[in-house]
Amino acid sequence: MADAIADTRRLFTKPQNLNDAYGPPSNFLEIDVSNPETVGVGRGRYTTYEVRLKTNLPIFKLKESCVRRRYSDFEWLRAELERESKVVVPPLPGKALFRQLPFRGDDGIFDDSFIEERRQGLEQFLNKVAGHPLAQNERCLHMFLQDESVDKNYTPSKIRQA
Amino acid sequence: MSFFGFGQSADIDIVLNDAETRKKAEHKSEDGRKDKYFLFYDGETVSGKVNVTLKYPGKRLEHNGIKIEFVGQIELYYDRGNHHEFVSLVKDLARPGELTQSQTFDFEFTHVEKPYESYTGQNVKLRYFLRATVSRRLNDISKELDIVVHTLSTYPELNSSIKMEVGIEDCLHIEFEYNKSKYHLKDVIVGKIYFLLVRIKIRHMEIDIIKRETTGTGPNVYHENDTIAKYEIMDGAPVRGESIPIRLFLAGYEMTPTMRDINKKFSVRYYLNLVLIDEEERRYFKQQEITLWRKGDIVRKSMSHQAAIASQRFEGSSHPEKSQSQSTEEDDS
Repeated sequence: MADAIADTRRLFTKPQNLNDAYGPPSNFLEIDVSNPETVGVGRGRYTTYEVRLKTNLPIFKLKESCVRRRYSDFEWLRAELERESKVVVPPLPGKALFRQLPFRGDDGIFDDSFIEERRQGLEQFLNKVAGHPLAQNERCLHMFLQDESVDKNYTPSKIRQA
Repeated sequence: MSFFGFGQSADIDIVLNDAETRKKAEHKSEDGRKDKYFLFYDGETVSGKVNVTLKYPGKRLEHNGIKIEFVGQIELYYDRGNHHEFVSLVKDLARPGELTQSQTFDFEFTHVEKPYESYTGQNVKLRYFLRATVSRRLNDISKELDIVVHTLSTYPELNSSIKMEVGIEDCLHIEFEYNKSKYHLKDVIVGKIYFLLVRIKIRHMEIDIIKRETTGTGPNVYHENDTIAKYEIMDGAPVRGESIPIRLFLAGYEMTPTMRDINKKFSVRYYLNLVLIDEEERRYFKQQEITLWRKGDIVRKSMSHQAAIASQRFEGSSHPEKSQSQSTEEDDS
């Protein structure tokens, strides 16, 4: 006859607190990039995007924030994170240099479909980055997401609890 | 090989005395093929006959001696020339002379020590074999018979559970528990993962079994990792206070017992790797070594205790003392 059947009963577990089970999860973090607006006139024009954040993570000082940022601000953030943290930073949507050349048939970098494509790429980029436990420790990320403006002369530093 | 028309004028083969009754075990060869070999344990006697068959009856076979060897050796693939023999026994079957007809020689290696289990891995091979040789002036005639050795253990006296709290500060804290630290090859890993803090968006969780073969010493140590199994234990996002059960049956996977520093040449160790993957494909993992051992297949002649109780319910008449003594028998065997 075969050996005695192995005991495969589950290990003892504490019952879950109902507040924990049905309450809001502790990992709520939503970032939206929307409302592109072109500011300025002539050759000095550029597009800004609204970056809206909603969260309940304690590492973020504000549970809700809304700032406007342009593409070069995203480039700055990416460069800072690559240098300061050990994170493998995901790529940004393209720089679109060709679109900035004259004599194009379309609106170049102010073309609606291009802006929409870029908007999506920026949103994906921020969600990927902001959810990274190591990136969340970088001052530059918090400044980008929640400060009124980006101070490129800041002193890089690590953040612990807000 | 066959200059001057000498060639192989005789065939040798080795036959074990208990070839009819001895069990065979499957063993994977270097090229991945699975073959069956006679199974031996430590201390067992290896005995049999060597048949030398003359191809041309009437033609005499001159030789410098006939012998049989029992060899246990370790072969490192990057150093094929050097075989490290840890067991080497010889029996002379015939002194130099000549054979006028086919002949059979008996041999017996009594209570041979076979301290390690047969193993064929990525970079190293440990094997046992019999080799019969007819020595001759120009070229020897020899034949090898590979056998497989299993090392058995009994239930370890001390087999504590593995229980640990790990995590990333302020992001993810879990407590994992596995019911034992030493599992036999047909055992079940029963465990649980308890979530203390979840501030990341987890998509799923899996347990991998990793086999690590280590060869070489000092600065030339080389690890070969192989993921034997990937078993998803959770799909979806957990919250604080949730407990995820683990029940992983090891019998479904091809594994060997844990081998530590075999003859100071190689090790084979097993690890459980708990992996959590979040929404952005980031992986968080915790590796934990487990010890695997081989349990002997003991055929119970008497009924198991459980079956004895079950039969009492149906048959009415019960001999509680008889079933008690039967179950004691099992425990001793």
